[in-house]
Amino acid sequence: METLTKNKEQKENTKTVIELRNVKKSFGSKNVLTDISMDLFKGENLVVLGKSGTGKSVTIKCMVGLLVQDEGSVVVLDEDVNNLSSPDLKELRTKVGFLFQSGALYDSMTVRENLEFPLTRVLKIKDQDEIKQRIEEVLEAVGLLSAIDAMPSDLSGGMRKRIGLARTLILKPEIMLYDEPTTGLDPITSREISELILLMQKKYKTSSIIITHDMACAEITSDRILVMNEGKVIAEGNFEELKNSQDELVGSFFK
Amino acid sequence: MTTSVKKVFEEAGNQISFMSGFFGNIFSRGFEGNEFIRQCFIIGYKSLSLVGITGFILGFVMTLQSEPTMKGFGAGSFVPGMVAISIIREICPVIIALICAGKISSSIGAELGSMKVSEQIDAMEVSGANPIQYLVVTRILACTIMIPLLTLMADALALLGGFTASNIGGHYSFLLYFNKAFSPLTFVDLLPSFAKTIFFGFAIGFVGCYKGYNSNRGTESVGVAANSAVVSASLWIILLDAIAVQLTSVFAYN
Repeated sequence: METLTKNKEQKENTKTVIELRNVKKSFGSKNVLTDISMDLFKGENLVVLGKSGTGKSVTIKCMVGLLVQDEGSVVVLDEDVNNLSSPDLKELRTKVGFLFQSGALYDSMTVRENLEFPLTRVLKIKDQDEIKQRIEEVLEAVGLLSAIDAMPSDLSGGMRKRIGLARTLILKPEIMLYDEPTTGLDPITSREISELILLMQKKYKTSSIIITHDMACAEITSDRILVMNEGKVIAEGNFEELKNSQDELVGSFFK
Repeated sequence: MTTSVKKVFEEAGNQISFMSGFFGNIFSRGFEGNEFIRQCFIIGYKSLSLVGITGFILGFVMTLQSEPTMKGFGAGSFVPGMVAISIIREICPVIIALICAGKISSSIGAELGSMKVSEQIDAMEVSGANPIQYLVVTRILACTIMIPLLTLMADALALLGGFTASNIGGHYSFLLYFNKAFSPLTFVDLLPSFAKTIFFGFAIGFVGCYKGYNSNRGTESVGVAANSAVVSASLWIILLDAIAVQLTSVFAYN
């Protein structure tokens, strides 16, 4: 494996918010995760690079209990995800935001209703003034206050991702998981989304995992990068270190 | 062979688990009242014209078809009663349920299937909300309540259709027709047929939700979910009808 960016002492001083150890997952006869171990430290942006089909999305889905690993352990905010009761898992999920590749907006609801949904169902907020204030605050943060009454079908791909991000951030999560946030967007919008991720990390003080194969996004957002291949981590380092890597596969991402 | 048997048991297990999820969430806190009313509106109100027209024509056509034969036996005056019994006991509940399986079960299957494909259900789950309570409980309950009500309306319109058909030649007054239609009807004609529509409604909602909620990834699966929802719901309706008729003939008509 490539050089580690953060030295041991630095790591020891930083709290681990997500810890994966020897995670294995297969679908039928296909082994998707062969042996994954990784840590996410508090306050950092960790980018996970890898070709399509190497198990990046499966890894982050295991972190929120959407998929259950066959072997190994997934510990999020000191809780073993697979040993949690249903109410405890729900509670944990409110602390972990997940931005899906497509934004996953509820297409039968307006933007306002999309943002109201987690507030009224998860945080059980009844006060209409508080709901209004939180919706406007988070929409302002992603720069789309004007789209408050629009339907998802009226929004562009970039706008949908921004609203998806707003809907996730409205619960004020401690950890953000981004599943290919810039896929399918033009370079300018991709850059805007990447900068928004960085901005949101500073504003909401989140720790984030960003799954991507967009190198511009990785360069803007990453504090540390993991490279995955065939279901395991093959390299770790910061952008500059991995850019100068001698490994052919790692190097190919930066060409 | 072993694999297909295993698949049948797996499918049965999944359906039982889905059903227990539904029942577990009905009485739990956080019932989605607004969404339930919205679903009642979509399932009930938006099916009114289709169900109404179908019901009216069923009564109309049945009367027109049976009248000549009955008259041949000199039993023309029995047509309103015969039509009323057939319509209320069997024809309206089954035909309306099959039509609703086509309209409602497929639309629920396609809607939830596309929500699954576009990761909206995952997004709901991962945010800590309860997708079963919001999407499944509301739809199944709305179907269970609205299908019997739609069938009752179709029953009434079918009798009106029968009256219209009989009255083309100006044979009956309104009062005479309905007097003849209702006189052979008893409580045990209406109650079991109403009760079975509750089960039909449940089957339509349940199958639509199950197929949509458990559809695979990919756009093709949305079509597959909608299609298999109609096929399975129709099959369930026929099977439930066979059971209901058997039970009714044992307990009600004897």
